[in-house]
Amino acid sequence: MKTPLGMVRGLGSAKTGTEHWWLQRVTAIANIPLVIFVIVFILWHLGADRAALMASVKHPLIAIALAMSFLSILWHMRLGMQVIIEDYVHGRWRIVCLLGNVFFTIALGIAALYAILSLSFGA
Amino acid sequence: MVAFSLPQNSKVDAGKIWPAPHKGELREFRIYRWSPDDHHNPRLDTYYVDLRSCGPMVLDALIKIKNEQDATLTFRRSCREGICGSCAMNIDGTNTLACVKAIEDVKGPVKIYPLPHMPVVKDLVPDMTNFYAQHRSIEPWLKTTTPTPEAEWKQSRPDRAKLDGLYECILCACCSTSCPSYWWNGERYLGPAVLLQAYRWLIDSRDEATGERLDNLEDPFRLYRCHTIMNCAKACPKHLNPAKAIAELKKMMIERRL
Repeated sequence: MKTPLGMVRGLGSAKTGTEHWWLQRVTAIANIPLVIFVIVFILWHLGADRAALMASVKHPLIAIALAMSFLSILWHMRLGMQVIIEDYVHGRWRIVCLLGNVFFTIALGIAALYAILSLSFGA
Repeated sequence: MVAFSLPQNSKVDAGKIWPAPHKGELREFRIYRWSPDDHHNPRLDTYYVDLRSCGPMVLDALIKIKNEQDATLTFRRSCREGICGSCAMNIDGTNTLACVKAIEDVKGPVKIYPLPHMPVVKDLVPDMTNFYAQHRSIEPWLKTTTPTPEAEWKQSRPDRAKLDGLYECILCACCSTSCPSYWWNGERYLGPAVLLQAYRWLIDSRDEATGERLDNLEDPFRLYRCHTIMNCAKACPKHLNPAKAIAELKKMMIERRL
């Protein structure tokens, strides 16, 4: 039997949230040039074979730009998905979904970086 | 929690059609009815009101129905001129004050429901306990450490002007109950009305608890459930902009860390 004010105060403020909100904006701004680069890169290589792709990704600027794109886009995705989960998923499933979101993003990011490295340095 | 359909005991049944007056310029009203005393689902009752003997506002029609047709129809009202905020309800799909909503502005039957996603006490009366407790939680009063001056706390004209567009809020809850974020997380998200009030005290030049107030809002749920949906600004019957106040709050949060 908590009072209404006691319910509202709950466990107090988490003293966090601004960092998340700010990073979502920072990655959104970074994504503008990076997504344009990715689209141009894909159009440029439509129909190209692995050898042609490797020749392009061998260039350090292209490899770095691709890696930056993946990191920024994936991190933006993680932050956005977290907001959606917090909005709509309640109870014990919330923590499960939040953990899944983090693991999925990191796995995807590492796989993407591995792919870039293998194209860049592979034979 | 997000819900795509109403719980079984909240589904609205077809209600009673009350006999229409014999003559006059008749207008149809469909009004949400629910009583805690019987164990029935809510229902939508239909009433007919003669507009020739009725005032122009939806509240006038509600009072006329209660006086002349059905004394059990329950709703809050007080000032009947848009300053007390008591008669906030959902009319024609939009949260507004019944006393400032003209009947002639509604096309077709006038559909009236209580404020959305609030517990219903009876008919059009929502339970505002959580809303008021949230308002209490942001400590909506002047907080100072400096000893109180002999006369008044001085405030310059430009500083006073910063409170315009904020002090006019009457806490009717039209905005908060129009916000999907407040629907899904109303127990933790403070909602637009309370955040506008929080901002009103944060930019008051006389207040000395700004940092402490921001600390209490620094929370993924209390403040950052706002996703700039803007229903609040659309619903406000006083034409205020809670969404802008929340954006200013977020700017203050960034300002103090850059």
